[in-house]
Parts: sequence; structure tokens; C-alpha cells
Amino acid sequence: MPSLEHLFEWLGYGAVLAPALLVAVIGLPLAIGYPLSEKGMARATQIAVFTGLSCCIAILVLMLSTGIRDVPIEMRDWVTLPKQAHFQLHFSFDFDRLSVPFAILSYVLVGTIGAFASRYLHREPGYNRFFLLNAIFLLGMIIATISRTIETLFLGWELVGLSSALLVAYFHERKAPVINGQRVWSIYRVADAAFLIAAVALHHMHGEGQFAAMVGQWPEVSASADLVTPEQALIVGLLLLIAVAGKSALIPFSGWLPRAMEGPTPSSAIFYGALSVHLGTFLLLRFSPLLSRSPTLCCIVIALGIATAFLASLSARVQSDVKTALAFASLMQVGIITAEIGVAGLLPRRWGYAMEYFALVHIIGHACLRTLQLLRAPNLLHDYHALENAIGAHLPSRSGLRAPGRFQVFLYRLGIERGYLDAIIDEYVVRPFVAVCRWFDGLERRWTDSIEGKRPSAAGEHLPPLTTEELS
Amino acid sequence: MSELILPALAVSILVPLAGAAWLRIMHDPNRARQQSLIVCCMTMFCAMTAALLYWSQPEIAPAAIDPFARIFGGPVFAIDGINAPLIPLVALLFLLTSLASLHTRGQQFSFTRMLLSEGVLLALLSCKHPWVLVVLLVGQATFPWFELRALRKSTSVYMLHMSLFAGCLIIGQAICSTSRGDHPPALGIVLLAAAVLIRSGVVPLHCWMSDLFENASLRNALLFVTPMVGAYAAVRLVFPLSPEWLLRVIIVLTTVTALYAAGMALVQRESRRFFCYLFLSHSSLVLIGLGTASPLAITGALCVWISVALALTGFGLTIRAVEARIGRLSLADFSGLYEQFPNLAVQFLITGLASIGFPGTIGFVGAELLVDGAIQRLPLLGVAIVIGSALNGLAVLHAYFHLFTGIRRPTLPDLKSRPLERIAVVTFIVLVVGGGLYPQPGITSRYMAAEKLVEERGVRFPAAKKEHVQLWSQLRENHDTTVEE
Repeated sequence: MPSLEHLFEWLGYGAVLAPALLVAVIGLPLAIGYPLSEKGMARATQIAVFTGLSCCIAILVLMLSTGIRDVPIEMRDWVTLPKQAHFQLHFSFDFDRLSVPFAILSYVLVGTIGAFASRYLHREPGYNRFFLLNAIFLLGMIIATISRTIETLFLGWELVGLSSALLVAYFHERKAPVINGQRVWSIYRVADAAFLIAAVALHHMHGEGQFAAMVGQWPEVSASADLVTPEQALIVGLLLLIAVAGKSALIPFSGWLPRAMEGPTPSSAIFYGALSVHLGTFLLLRFSPLLSRSPTLCCIVIALGIATAFLASLSARVQSDVKTALAFASLMQVGIITAEIGVAGLLPRRWGYAMEYFALVHIIGHACLRTLQLLRAPNLLHDYHALENAIGAHLPSRSGLRAPGRFQVFLYRLGIERGYLDAIIDEYVVRPFVAVCRWFDGLERRWTDSIEGKRPSAAGEHLPPLTTEELS
Repeated sequence: MSELILPALAVSILVPLAGAAWLRIMHDPNRARQQSLIVCCMTMFCAMTAALLYWSQPEIAPAAIDPFARIFGGPVFAIDGINAPLIPLVALLFLLTSLASLHTRGQQFSFTRMLLSEGVLLALLSCKHPWVLVVLLVGQATFPWFELRALRKSTSVYMLHMSLFAGCLIIGQAICSTSRGDHPPALGIVLLAAAVLIRSGVVPLHCWMSDLFENASLRNALLFVTPMVGAYAAVRLVFPLSPEWLLRVIIVLTTVTALYAAGMALVQRESRRFFCYLFLSHSSLVLIGLGTASPLAITGALCVWISVALALTGFGLTIRAVEARIGRLSLADFSGLYEQFPNLAVQFLITGLASIGFPGTIGFVGAELLVDGAIQRLPLLGVAIVIGSALNGLAVLHAYFHLFTGIRRPTLPDLKSRPLERIAVVTFIVLVVGGGLYPQPGITSRYMAAEKLVEERGVRFPAAKKEHVQLWSQLRENHDTTVEE
């Protein structure tokens, strides 16, 4: 009879290896040019999801029945340096009260989407691509959710970001999805950079990357978290907040979320309505003890959350297509969840823990509801017609608070332009950056042309075709 | 077994040189291509043997057996912790690049020149004697000039920069060699550093690289730049002699280059120039790490060196494979090549992401070490490295979207990659992903080499060594305190 420890270990390995094997099973045949059939891919996804979900549920049941609150699974030391005890990259996972519900949610939703997509995308040219990216996304979510060290979380974080961006550009024959995919990737890279700097800074402060050592076992605070000064907590917290804002589409990065609706409905449902958009708030929950070290940081988090919720609420009301409206509705809830986590940091410990649990329940409930709504979105008009046929009249128009006259116009414009955030970023960040780089590019070309005695060539000027020798 | 190291090394250098002489007299270009592949395989085998023999007994120095030691008054060719992975790496790069070459006529000269440059490059990477190294550096820099001439392209830009490089190198080494004592004159070291920076393409003397990529064949340009000979020269000639202030200047210039090149890569409209700037940005990271003179950052730099050489060569070969089929690649429009080349699209993405240190690939741990080590010296330096890496990630996906997405061109025939091309690129992918999942052996060997470098430098600059020892003690104390609590 295996011991409890061994049982937890096997189940933990099962939960992590299931999506990893799924990526290998779908990816390797695709790489060598002999992809699985549609049915094969759907079946492989079902088996992986069922296995992983069963392992997670079994861990949850065992934890509840034994009263164990934390199950660490040590994989191995990824990297250790001889004589450098302070530098280690460790591959380990942790099933606790935060990670287990999230992991179960991830498996349930990805499994649902897999079943939906096997029919929705039947005979689509990119069917294989969708399922491979879906598998990579699942792997990233599970790794990020149950990681025990910040390096492992970063691995999952990056996998989620890459698969999300490529899925936004799923319909890659058209320009708009590709441009939007590029936009999403740009925001994610900013978030990743902020996260990496925060991770290295935390690693330095504590000499290692384990969450339990850095901030404590969620939701309790560890003694080492108290060693972080409020100023350090503020700086690191702000960096983490940038990462959270990028991933969860908070202000000023809200522009990417409606753009992400260019992807297929299954990916919109799961990525941008349910899981990917909540990964930022998950990170905030994981580092909630750090928030409680700095009241200023908590206030900034609350302000950001409320501002995002307000802007998203405005924008949702003025959209003309259902998926975008749902995207902003989702963003509004994410903003509220963010504010809840900020409030938790200001409350006394017991109340703070309760608030954090509330935020977690809010995340899970919202994710499930939004997945359903987004999956039903293509049928919305059909549903409305069915309702109207049933009642024999048009549906009553929405009533509610209305802003006075000119203010209404201002709010309408603010909503339709989505807070002018994209325009501000384009005007004050992107265009100057590109203009400066292109100016230098022109300068270099003029300089090399002058040395070679050629007439100055422009950057976009047509270059002569390559000869056979140049192509060799 | 240690007595076999130098003979294996010597054979790995002589085989491509002999092969080049042999191909010179061969008239059939197809046979020449096959023979060159065999020569590359033999070179790879000998280089791997020499490296494995070294790693089996790294503490034994085979310098005493060096026949040139008596003539030059010191070891000339040797394997140590720095060049042990570089020698088989370069042999592998040449082998896989030849494997992926197209079957076209008129290739006889290019294979001969390629083998000759391989022999010179291996000799260069095995060399420890300063003057022999200088001669080999200058000699190796002449190969692209000959190619540009053969292609009837302008050589002015290249010649200007390489003349400056050669001049600084020779004069700097002459000044350093004629001085007595442990600290050569500052002018000599500054000239050597300038030479290394020019050769590494540091801003503003980097235009020769973009010019080379635009005008020469992509294969030869790749093989010329990806081994990062400038970094090797920095390790052998500049790093042991440079005072702290010069290292700081090098850090500043290379950091500016990394950020500048990352921004430039984003705005390029042509694939070769994009690749050139991407490479420049990454190769600057190696010099940044070396400039910090801390074991952690140097370990990261040495790891990034290998990962960038592997990943970017694979990336470059993927671009080359697409270019060989449809000509010059524009990044101004969406070319829609995914349907024609799905495998190449995936290869492009994987090698591109590996080059930016995507987690799970060989570059990730090196980048982490580099950032960690850089932050210890100067927090802003670590931030700059992370920003550069983020911009490079943007550039890679920007290029991917512009090349492979968009409306499929109906007139293009279906041209899948050939088996040998696929083997070459898949080998790169396996190495970058395998090295990422199991990096420990590589990291340990790089760390040992980094420690040795810092120790050698500590002999000349004991104050700097003391500062480092204090820093590491402090860090160890902080870690132990955290663990106890």
C-alpha cells in the first residue's frame, strides 16, 4: 500500500505530465509532417484533460480528508551552481488552497472548449494548429497555477502568452487578426519584462525563488515577508502590477482584450473570457502578502481596479458586436476582482484572508459564466429571435441611469474610443520610437551609400533580386 | 589519454585545410559538395573527440606537448574551459550549414573558401598566444572581402571597418607586448578593446555587419559572425588586461548596442538586415556579461554565447531556406508563406524564440544568470538587458507574422523543405530545446571557466578580486540568514 506521500507525488506528477505529454503527442507528429487526425487530436485532448483533472480532484479530496493544506511536489533542481548557494533554479510544484481550485478550473474549461472546438472547427484548415496551441496553453496554465517557485511560474506565464498571441492571429489569412495578434504579443512582452525584473529582484531579496519562503503559504504571510521593507514592497509590487495589468488587460493596457476577439470563439471564450485574463489576478493573489506590506501599493491596486471597471463598463455599453461587449463586461469583472484583492491587503489579517477567498470564488464563478456566454455568443441573435417569437413581441429596451446631455456624449465618445488608451500609446510611445529608429536606419543607409559612392537609397526602396551566388 | 588532446585538435584544424586544397583541384561541383560534407563530418568528429578528451580530464593541461611552445615561448594552441565547447560548436555549425546548402551549380569556390575559413576559425578558437591570435583574427577577416569581390559588390564599407579593426589590433598588441610588468600601457589596451568592439559590431562601428548581410551570401555571412570571434578575442586579449574603468566603458557601449540593435530590428523592412540587428543585439549581451567581471554574469555570458550561436544559426538557416525558394524576403507586407512552408514556419518560430531565451530553451538559464549577475553590479544594467530581450521577442514575432501570415500566393509552387535541410534545422531545435530542459552540465562547465577567468584577472587586479569576494560573501550570508529564518 503506497504511503500518502507517494500517492500525492504520483498524482502531482500526473497533473503536470498530462498536458506536457499532450503537447508532445500532438506536436511531434505535426513536426515530422504526419499529424494526427481530427478525431485523434480530440481524443488525445480528452484523455489528457480527464487524467489531469482526475489527479487534481483526487489531490483535493485527499487534502480535504486529511486536513493537509499544502502538498509540495519536488521535481528536481533545474540548475545549481557549485559554491553559489544563493543561485538556484528549482523545478517544483505546490498544491495549495489557491492552486488546486485554479488547476481544476483550467482543466474543466479547457476540456469543455476542446469538446466544443472539435465540432466548431471541424474541417477548418487550422484545426491542428488550434489544438496544438490549446495544448500549449493548458500546459502553461497548469505550470503557472501550481508552480512553487517564481521561475517555474514564469515558464508557464510565457507559454500562456505565446499561445494566446498565436491564437489571436489564428485566421492569419486576414491582416486584422495578425495585427491584433502582434499587439497582444507586444503588451505581453512588456508584462513579461516587468515580471522578470520583479522575479530577479525578489530572488535577490530572499536568496531563493520559493513563494513559501518569499511571501508565505497562501493566504498566510511568512516571517520572511515581514523582512521586506514597505519601500521594497512598493517597488517590486509596482513591477508585478505592470505584469498583472498587461496580462489581465487593466488600464493602460486594456486595448488588447477586444482585439483578441479576432480569434476563434473557443479561444476567445477560454483565453480572454476565462483563464488567461485571470492569470494576472491569480499572480496578484499569489503575492498578496507582499501587498499587505505597503498600503500605498494597495491603494494603487484598488484605484487601478476601479478605474478599469469604470472604463470597461462604459465601453461595454456602446459596443455593436456581442463578443466585444462580452470582452468589456469580462474586463469590468476583472477590474472589480483586482480592487477586491487590493482591499484585502488593507484589511486586518483574518478579514484580509476572507476577502482573498472571496476574490478567488469571484474568479472561478466569473470564469465559468463568461465561458458560457462567449460560447453562446455566435447564437445570440438566434436566441433573441427565439425569445421574441415566444413572447410575440420585441424585447423591451434596457432602462437605467442616464447621464445628462453633453456629459452623455462625452461618456459615449470615451466608451467608443475605449478610453483613448490605444491612441495615447500609439501617439506617445509607438510612433516616436519607430520614428527615431527609422531615422537612425536612414542615417546608416546614407552613410554606407556615401562610402560606397552610391546615390542615397531609401529604406523602402526596391532592392535588386538576389543572384544564385548570394542565395547559396 | 590527455596526450591525444592536441593531436585531435591539430587534426580537426588540418582536415578542413587539406579538404579545401583537395576541392580546389576538383572540377565537378556536385562531387565537391559531397566531398566537403565528408570533410565537415570528419572535422566535427575530431573536434568532438578533442573536446571530450579534455572534459574527461579537465585538470590536466596538455600545453607541455605543444610543439610550437618552444618557438613562441609559450603555449600556442590549447583546449581549456573557454574554448572546449566552442570548437565542436563551430564544427557543428559548418557541418549543418553545409548540409542545408542547396544543390546549385558554380558552388565549387564557395565550398573551398568555406573549408578554408573553417580551418582558420578552428585554429583561431584553439589559439592562446596573443600574436598568433592577432594574425589569425586578421586572416579570418579577409574571407568575406574575397567573397564580396567575387560577387562584384562594393567592399568599401567592409574594408574600412576591417582595416580599422586590424590596425587597432596590431598596434594595440604591439604596445602591450613591448611593455614590461603586469600592467601594459592604457593606450595598448584601449586599442585592443577598440578592435574587439569593432569586430563585434558595437555601435557606431557596426555598419559593416549590415552591409555584409545585404551583399554577401547569407550562409557565409552567418558562418562569419555567429561564432562571435570578437567575444573570443575579448576573453583572450582584453579581459585579462583591462582595468575596471575600461570594463565599464565596454559595458556602456555594449548595452547601448544591445538596445539600439533591438530597436532597429523592429523597424527593418528586409529580412537580412532584421537578422543582422537581431544578432547584434544578442551578441552584445555576451560582452556585457564579460564586462561585469563577476562569475555569475560571465557564466551567463558564456552560456548565452553558445545558445545564441546555435539558435541564431538555426534561425538564419530557416530564413535562408525560405529565401532560396522565393528570393529576397520583405517584412513590409504580409507574405502568406505558412501554407507553402508550414514546417519552416514552425522552425522559424522555435529557433527565433530560442534565441531570445524563451523558457524551456537553452538561452533561458543563460539569460537568467546574466540578468542576475548584472543586477548585482548595477540594477539598471539588468533592467536594460530585460528591455532589450523584450524588444527582440517583439521583433521575432513581428518577422514571423510578416513572413508567414497573410493571403497565400496562388502562383507559388508547393516547395517543402528537403530532408537534409530539415535534418539540419531539426538538429538545431533538438539542441536548443534539449539544452533548455537539461542545462546543468553545460552551466557547470561554463561556471568553472568563468571562475578561472576571474581568478586569472584577480592576479593582475587584486583590488577587484577582493571586491568580488566581499560581494559573494555578503550574498551567501543573506541567503543563509533567509534559510535559517
